[in-house]
Amino acid sequence: MDTRIQLVAIVGAVFLLVLVLELVRRRRLLERYALLWLLSAIVLLGLALWRGALVELAQAVGIAYPPNALFFVAFAFVLVLLLHFSVAVSRLGDQSKVLAQRVALLEERLHRSERGAAGAGEPTTGAAEIDPAPSQAPFAEHAGTRR
Amino acid sequence: MSTVRADLSHLAVVPAYNEAATVADVIRGIQREAPEWDVLVVDDGSTDDTFAVAEMYGARVLRLPFNLGIGGAVQAGFTYARENGYDVMAQVDGDGQHDPAELRKLTEHMRAHPELDMVCGSRFISSNSHRYPAPISRRTGIHIFAFLLSLFVRQPISDPTSGFRLYNRRAIRLFASDYPHDYPEVEAVLMLHHHRLRMEEIPVRMFQRGGGVSSISSGKSFYYMVKVLLALFVGLFRRRPIPEPGDHAPVAAGQGL
Repeated sequence: MDTRIQLVAIVGAVFLLVLVLELVRRRRLLERYALLWLLSAIVLLGLALWRGALVELAQAVGIAYPPNALFFVAFAFVLVLLLHFSVAVSRLGDQSKVLAQRVALLEERLHRSERGAAGAGEPTTGAAEIDPAPSQAPFAEHAGTRR
Repeated sequence: MSTVRADLSHLAVVPAYNEAATVADVIRGIQREAPEWDVLVVDDGSTDDTFAVAEMYGARVLRLPFNLGIGGAVQAGFTYARENGYDVMAQVDGDGQHDPAELRKLTEHMRAHPELDMVCGSRFISSNSHRYPAPISRRTGIHIFAFLLSLFVRQPISDPTSGFRLYNRRAIRLFASDYPHDYPEVEAVLMLHHHRLRMEEIPVRMFQRGGGVSSISSGKSFYYMVKVLLALFVGLFRRRPIPEPGDHAPVAAGQGL
């Protein structure tokens, strides 16, 4: 196998590894999301350093030119990472939906109690109307709470 | 005869996205035809005067800070209904295609059939002289959904996209904790079925949209079809466990892959 491509692969993998670690150190990247990146960098570095494993892998899956197996593995990691991010984005979207709903509900309640206070000077109805204990409810009662 | 039980509290949720032109008529219609109902307009991040108009006509208004889409807007209504202890909630679209006078029919039907958790107004039942004037492409889509859904839930469903619906406490509680995202009506029927809640359709009149732009433009119809079909088929294989207190229920998407 060409040593040049091996060198390029090693340099690339080391660069990725250092970059990810540095981003985590500077708190620009949460550990939660760094783990998959670290794993891919380490696996790529391992395959780039250890020719035997790469050749073995290439033969096992039927790739004629071993360095292509490296690209194959890298591409697989990229796909998994992308899917991982789609999941993360879905989750964020869902969370921001719940937040938006809570904000609107709070705003309405505030609005009503302010108007109540400004109006008759009566105690506001807003807070009193909130159902305090739907205890037997089989569904989660509060949107924001997570353990 | 009084059509509405005085001991129950009723909330009409009106989701509205840039419906300043029509929302006032909807609010006034409900106040006139169904005065026992509290009106809650959910302003889904409108950029026009929807909020101001709704306030002016005396509705309660939930103002979402940005556009969530019909699913998120209606779910905010469910949450409001649950937290304020309403017994019955209706959904009435803000574009004026639902006739507030028909609320009475829905309520009466639910009262006559207390086992029902949702009563849905359908455009397609009966030999009504007042045919709903929908474009043929959309009608085709609706009928495909209707066919599939009837198969899945083993009960004839004629108008699965109708948003003119009445919910009891059980349905309110279910949908407050989990309601589909983008085009929720079709999936919601499937959810009810999975949770063993019951629904029935009754015939209602619907009007041509009063103004504004439908959330389903003709260009998006195809996307809509595909998305709902995906949701339906995936939904078939989804276990929807009832979230327990303490669960992270409202955030449906879990962590990690």
